[in-house]
Amino acid sequence: MLEIKNLHARIVDDGTEIIRGLNLTVKAGEVAAIMGPNGSGKSTLSYILAGREDYEVTEGDILYNGQSILEMDPAERATAGIFLAFQYPMEIPGVATMEFLKVAMNEQRKARGEEPLKVPEFLKRVKEAAASLSMDINMLKRPLNVGFSGGEKKRAEILQMKLLEPKLCVLDETDSGLDIDALKIVSDGVNALRSPDRAIVVITHYQRLLEHIVPDSVHVLYKGQVIKSGDKSLALDLEANGYAGVIGEAA
Amino acid sequence: MPAVQETIDRVRKIDVDQYKYGFQTEIEMDKAPKGLSEDIIRFISAKKDEPDWMLEWRLEAYRRWLTLEEPTWARVHYPKIDFQDIYYYAAPKSTPGPKSLSEVDPELLKVYEKLGIPLKEQEILAGVQKTDAASEDEEISDNVYKSGRVAVDAVFDSVSVVTTFKEELAKAGVIFCSISEAIREHPELVKKYLGSVVPTSDNFYATLNSAVFTDGSFVFVPKGVRCPMELSTYFRINEKNTGQFERTLIIAEEGAYVSYLEGCTAPQRDENQLHAAVVELVALDDAEIKYSTVQNWYPGDAEGKGGIYNFVTKRGDCRGDRSKISWTQVETGSAITWKYPSCILRGDDSSGEFYSIAVSNGYQQVDSGTKMIHLGKNTSSRIISKGIAAGFSQNTYRGQVSAHRKAANARNFTNCDSLLIGDQCGAHTVPYMEAKNATAKFEHEATTSKISEDQKFYVMQRGIPEEEAIALIVNGFVKDVIQQLPMEFAVEAQKLIGISLEGSVG
Repeated sequence: MLEIKNLHARIVDDGTEIIRGLNLTVKAGEVAAIMGPNGSGKSTLSYILAGREDYEVTEGDILYNGQSILEMDPAERATAGIFLAFQYPMEIPGVATMEFLKVAMNEQRKARGEEPLKVPEFLKRVKEAAASLSMDINMLKRPLNVGFSGGEKKRAEILQMKLLEPKLCVLDETDSGLDIDALKIVSDGVNALRSPDRAIVVITHYQRLLEHIVPDSVHVLYKGQVIKSGDKSLALDLEANGYAGVIGEAA
Repeated sequence: MPAVQETIDRVRKIDVDQYKYGFQTEIEMDKAPKGLSEDIIRFISAKKDEPDWMLEWRLEAYRRWLTLEEPTWARVHYPKIDFQDIYYYAAPKSTPGPKSLSEVDPELLKVYEKLGIPLKEQEILAGVQKTDAASEDEEISDNVYKSGRVAVDAVFDSVSVVTTFKEELAKAGVIFCSISEAIREHPELVKKYLGSVVPTSDNFYATLNSAVFTDGSFVFVPKGVRCPMELSTYFRINEKNTGQFERTLIIAEEGAYVSYLEGCTAPQRDENQLHAAVVELVALDDAEIKYSTVQNWYPGDAEGKGGIYNFVTKRGDCRGDRSKISWTQVETGSAITWKYPSCILRGDDSSGEFYSIAVSNGYQQVDSGTKMIHLGKNTSSRIISKGIAAGFSQNTYRGQVSAHRKAANARNFTNCDSLLIGDQCGAHTVPYMEAKNATAKFEHEATTSKISEDQKFYVMQRGIPEEEAIALIVNGFVKDVIQQLPMEFAVEAQKLIGISLEGSVG
């Protein structure tokens, strides 16, 4: 589903190269965890996948279902089924969460040539999804992310992910700022989305999240490259021994 | 949210020249000779069949105007206006004054039909209701059209061509007619109130207006009456090189209530045209006037050529105790806007409000804001201003809040937010505050923000294309003000804002 080939990318503003020859393949149905120390390029990778303009790809390619997505803007990528759950979701003042969900869902439907959702159907879907994440429906009347706690923001991200039904989900540090109960709820939400035709990329610092969302593969990112890949035991190994050993091996 | 959706659809359909009201109507006009003199003023007054006192009032204003200098303190730049190169009176030959609907030239009716202004009472009564899918959720049904009846006064260049629902309003005791008609039919009211809020000596443009004003609306809501429907005036400038000098006077007697809305458009032309209006509101004890404007004069083309100069003096006098005046404006048009709808809080416990959205794009220049003059005790005022600048435009909020030494416990809250789209435009906030009474409490908040790349990226990541993402963020930014508009117009206003910002994303 996702093939990243020898990807090099830099920050447009100052030319700093962040991704330096990254290779990664994630198949449909797979949950891949990307781990790595601070500054290894994890969040940058998620932004580049989603098409953020601050980064420029200088070499290599990103294939999604066999097609290069480098020329697509963020909205086109989203419509094609790529979803990024942000580490720091943005506040959108004056735009009720409910309203935002409706616009997003219907824009994607429109791009696919589908009719907009009827209001009762839309409400039904939102209510079900919110209930599954233990979210109060009244919260959705508030402007998106404005005044939400860290946990509420993360839940709102997963809510959007559920409703937009993407094919490739990228979760950037979704566990940061969550207490253990919220972590459980969010993880359950993600697990419910596991399906044979969907790939999930989980970016995290800690093994903790991977106890709840058990990955099929684990990849260690360091200095903009995947330096080691393995199964879930790799994450446990990192937890126990830190990154130093893996980095040393690669060096 | 249907409004955003519609904004998007509309924006998509519209090409670079997005101004959709730029058409011109070929209609035979009766015009005064070009230029300004006492003779021209006599000509206008005679055309309107005015009593002598009115002519004298005009002439006195004219003589005063000759001694005044054009103000230059606003942050706007334009070549000097040649006041002798303007026509001061232009009226359709076929309809020189308001008539009943059946007598109005069908060509004129077509104009209003094209503008989407409902003039045919029958149709309105029949209730062509635009109701969106009902929903159980408040947030979503926020923008649903409510079928509402609106009485309209249609002003075409220098004359009012028709006023609807007059008879029905008269049954409630409400007078709604053109100012020209009011001068003839209700001279005692006009004499009593005209110029009592904005005196003929007020400022350069107001004085000019007092000399040459041609038409506008007159509203009188008697004691204890709640006006049974929304009133509105639709101003259309059609004729070339013609200035429009609108004069509107609204009086709400003790305990009365009225909600009034004005809209305006003009053809697309390369020359600039002048619109210099004066609006006066008077609220007596316990009265409330809500005045809303959706200003969509032709803004000029992409290079800044043409467009309306909108130099307007609007002021409300909370003359009675516990009276309330509320201004809401959505300003998207005009090449230059110079406009400060203000409140004089004379009565004790009176309150004034100013809610404004000013959108500028291309080379538009906006210098707008309000004055809240606290004179009475326990008076309060509230100012919410949202400026949105895009393209190469300049957008200034200029506001004055003052408390007289007798204005014990005066309260003001001001919030001015500016949003910049792109990096070639400018937003400026110029607040003046003056409290001569120690018990006055004034609060001022101001922010300037740019639509951040982060926000835009986030919204787009959900599958919302760039233009729509901006429209969504902007509509969120102005929501506090949109909510103040009468429901029927809130949706229109949102669409208009989307259209005005078309092409703002580079």
